[in-house]
Parts: sequence; structure tokens; C-alpha cells
Amino acid sequence: MHIVECVDINKTYHQGKVEVRALKGVSLAFEKGSFVALAGPSGSGKTTLLNIIGGLDLADSGRVVVDGNAFDKMNRSQRADLRLNKVGFVFQSYNLIPVLSALENVEFVMLLQGLPPAERRKRAKDILDEVGLEDMYDRRPAELSGGQQQRVAVARAIVSNPSIVLADEPTANLDSSTGKGLLEIMKQMNEKKNVTFIFSTHDNMVMDYADRVIYLRDGMVADDRVKR
Amino acid sequence: MYLQMAWRNIWRNPRRTTIILLAIIIGVWNMIFLGALTRGMEAGMIKNGISTLTGNIQIHHKDYRTDPVVENSMADPGAMEAAIERILPRGARWAGRVRVNAIASNARNSSGVTLVGIDPEREAQVSFIGQAVEQGRYLMPKDMYGIVVGKTLLDKFGTKIGHKLVLMSQDMDREISSRAFRIVGVYRAEMAATEKEFVFVTLPAAQQMLKIDKGISEISIILPDQQDNRRTASALKDEFFDDTYEINTWRELLPILNAYLKLSDGFMLIWYLVVFIAMGFGIVNTTLMAVFERMREFGLLKALGMKPWWIIREVLLESVLLLLMGMAIGNILSFLSISALSGSGIDLSSLAAGAEYVGISRILYPAIYVRDVVIANLVVFVLGLVVSTYPAAKAGRFTPVEALAHT
Repeated sequence: MHIVECVDINKTYHQGKVEVRALKGVSLAFEKGSFVALAGPSGSGKTTLLNIIGGLDLADSGRVVVDGNAFDKMNRSQRADLRLNKVGFVFQSYNLIPVLSALENVEFVMLLQGLPPAERRKRAKDILDEVGLEDMYDRRPAELSGGQQQRVAVARAIVSNPSIVLADEPTANLDSSTGKGLLEIMKQMNEKKNVTFIFSTHDNMVMDYADRVIYLRDGMVADDRVKR
Repeated sequence: MYLQMAWRNIWRNPRRTTIILLAIIIGVWNMIFLGALTRGMEAGMIKNGISTLTGNIQIHHKDYRTDPVVENSMADPGAMEAAIERILPRGARWAGRVRVNAIASNARNSSGVTLVGIDPEREAQVSFIGQAVEQGRYLMPKDMYGIVVGKTLLDKFGTKIGHKLVLMSQDMDREISSRAFRIVGVYRAEMAATEKEFVFVTLPAAQQMLKIDKGISEISIILPDQQDNRRTASALKDEFFDDTYEINTWRELLPILNAYLKLSDGFMLIWYLVVFIAMGFGIVNTTLMAVFERMREFGLLKALGMKPWWIIREVLLESVLLLLMGMAIGNILSFLSISALSGSGIDLSSLAAGAEYVGISRILYPAIYVRDVVIANLVVFVLGLVVSTYPAAKAGRFTPVEALAHT
């Protein structure tokens, strides 16, 4: 069974009087536990597709099913619930909550899920240890480097055991060695927890790590290569 | 953690938070402190009104208030006095008086006055005059020719203690009756108008001069604090059912003061709203700025799965913390200001001529009432939350994609 299915997705943006067709009939399916890169030039529709898969945006037409749940049949609150429980996000610019410490940032999603404090704290510490931030629990985002912030973001995305993690250009703001370290961590999580990772990226290194690379061009799938 | 997050968020921009806090503090202080001054002024006016020969309740002949002449005296108050003793609650005091219009004159001046015939001992417990004599002495019970006058009248007549003053008034036979009294004491009152108007002689002297035997014009009753005037008045009315007498509370006897007090409550509420509107704009403006600054963060929270209502709740929680802090400091400041003034009060002597015209005391003491403090705090808290819902709802309405794209 596919963990994510996209069927004939279309999306058009209106920028003033100009219509921009971001996605044109995209159909894709993702296996559980896969590590997939969405590649392509700027404006090819990578981020739009990622936003639609994650329920942050809605397709104009077509169907998206995540772990058996169809977004197009849900209201705003149900989509929020699905994101909370099934989807983890890693953004290009880290997007941590600046007033919370690394530990609290990771705990926050579990707080929204209503988990008891002791369990939240234990799981947050365990996952931060796994991404190599065992000494950084109490540091605020401003006190962490870019790579460390992105590791906190990965820990936050993975801690609630989501079905998929969507990462929008996660290495774009990192130097190559930090980016590589981050990819190693994500790959480990992917293998260890069997979580599906879908990236949008320009970065060849990310594509090297991916076991499937989907090329988008002008809102359509130009190529879809499964490497192993 | 929500509370922690809200607390840390409000201190992300200390300067802005300080400005909002100052607006709330000044608003709350202003409402409570000025409210206390207004209440103090009202309390002074009521105290003056009651102690200046009004009392909490008065009993008259039914026609006296429309035509205050000696014919409308209560001819035989004995039975009534016995009933009053029986009905009044413990701690209540009362005194019977003769009160008629008269002309006071000496060799050089004459002036219209109110002649008040009093039982010196009883009256001292009921009205201001017992403690108001500053020069000379107070009246003795059997003083048939002694008179106590106000300082202002004394100065106006250019006379002094020991000199004579002639009083003229219409007696029971509808003849002009006059008697020469010797000034034995000079009193001071809160208002110069009182000093100019009232002259005091003993009750027997007034009764003899006006030929009304045991008759009196009124009985004035002072009730203990917190005693319900209306209930006691109603009990007295039940006792004197035959309509020979009229029984009124001070609110009926001083209609202008009563109307002013009612208006004053309305003015205070309007004042609260004016202060709040100024403060409310500050709260909305700064909260809205804070929300727009954190637009990207709200997008992130939504992306993580936070529902719009939770985001609204988070922004409102920040407002609640700000309002509670501002209210706490505002309350403390107002209590300190009020307690600093409670000993000495504010001397309004320079305004006395204008102030006394409406019965305001020369020295204004702030008076704080729990009800006013609660209302001021409720106005700030409830309306503060109401105006905060606009920026909070804005934060809740951002879609994750547009908010995350915001730089």
C-alpha cells in the first residue's frame, strides 16, 4: 500500500492578473519508508506539491491521500489534525519557535497532541540525543548554529512518529559538511523508524542520498527514477 | 508550556511591552484614583448635607416643607418622641428643633437668617454645631438669651462675642416678634454659606419668642452607619399612619444632591469608557504590530497542526498576562496614591467659593469603594480582551502557506 498517493493534481496561482499554473495533472505514489527527492528548477512546482501533500495548501483538482486520509474531503480543522498526527515538516529556514528551547521545540508537537509532560520530555530528550544534541536541550534557537537548528527541526518532525516527513530544501542554508551530517541523520531515521521522507531540493547531495528522484518541470513530472 | 510561551513572547520586545503596560497602568490608576476623588467628594457632600441640619431622616408637619412657618409646627411632639425612641435602631440619635426664617440685625446691619432653636445636648449629637464653636462657648440648656452665630455672619455684621443681635420673626399670633440675644459663641462650618445662614438659640428661647409652647418645626434623626434609611423611614411612616406628619429621608430632602449623585455614577462610567478607548487603541495597535511581526511563526504553528482557535487562545493569553500585570501595578499605584492623600486630603480652599456652592468640602479626602475598584478592573480586563480578539483573530486567519512565505 502507498503511504501517499497524488492523482491528477492541478494547482493554479493568481499573481495579480497573471495566472501561474504551478502543477499540471501530477500523479505520483510514494511507498512507505521511501526516501524521495523532488528535484527541478525554481518554479517547477516542487514546493507547491510538497505543500499540497502536507495539507498546507489545497489542490484545485485531483486527489491527495496520506496514510489512507484524503485531504480534499477534510475541513481546515481536520487537515490540522492530520498534519499534527501524520505529517512532520522540515523547512529551509529552520522555523523553530524562537522563545522555546531546543527541548521545548521538540516537545511542542507532543503538547499539541496532548501527551503527558513526563512522556513528552522523555521522548524529546531521546530524539535530541539521537540527532546528537544531547548537550543543547536548554539552548534557544538563536544560540544554535544553522545545522543544529535544522537537527532540532528534524527531531521535532520525527518525534511524534509521523507517517511522512516533508522537507522543503532542508540543506539549502547549510554548508556541505553540515548538510551531509543532516542527511545522514535523516537517512538513519528513515531506516530505523521506517518513516517516509519526501524532499524538495536543488542539492545534488540530497539526490545522491535519495532512493528515488522525481524531476519536475513546468508543473509536470519530467522524470521519475528509482535508484535501488 | 502555553503560559511559558505567552510570557516569553510578551518580553520579546520589552520596549513595546513596556509601552502597553504603561497605557494599562495609567488607565487603571486613573480610573481608580480619580474615582476615589469623586467618591470622596460625594462622601463629603453627603456628610455636609446630612450634618448641616438635615440628618438621615426628618419628620415635619405635613405642610411645613411647602410653607415653613410657625403655624406648620408640630404642636405636641411628646407622643411622637416616645414612638421614635421605640422604633429607632440602637445607636441612632435624634433631636427636635424649631426652624424659621428670621431677620437678624444690629445697629449697622441686617440680614435674612434661619433661626434654629435647639436642645443643646441632643443637637450636639445630631448636627455639626456641637463641635463647631470656635470662639466663645456653646449654648447651655437654659440659655434664654444666648445666641451662637457663624464666623462669616459675625464678620459681615462687624460684631463680636458679647454684643447683642436682634432677631425678628413672625410668631404663632401672626405678629412680628423680636428678641435681643447676646452673642455667646461663634461657629465655623465647612461652607461659608452655612455660617451666614444659621443662627442658633436654645429651644425654649425660640419657643417662647415664637409663642409655640412645646411646638417644634422638625425632628432630625441620625442613623448608625450602614443603616438603611428607607427601612427606618418606612417603619416610622407605619407608626404615624394618620398623615399629620411627613417623613423624609435625606435623599428626598436634598434632591439636588441626590440627582448629582445619580449623575455622578453615569459620569464615572463615561470617564471609564473614555480612558479605556484611549487605552484600547494602544492595546489593539501594539498587539496587531506584534501579530504581523510574528506572522511567519503563526504559519509554522499552523503547519505543525495548531488549529486557528488555539492560535487565537495563545494571542489572547498574551493579552491576559499584559492586562493582569498592568492591572496589578495600576491597582498598587492607585492604593499608594490614595493612602498618601488619605491623611491630609487635597486642600480646595483656593476654589472654596465655587466648590462650596455645590456643597463640596474645603478639604477633599479620597474614598475608595470595592465596587468602583472591581468595576474599573472589569472594564479594563473585559474590554481589553474584547479589543485583543481582533489581532488574535487576524493571527488565527493566516493560512500556513501565506504566513510561511511572509518575510
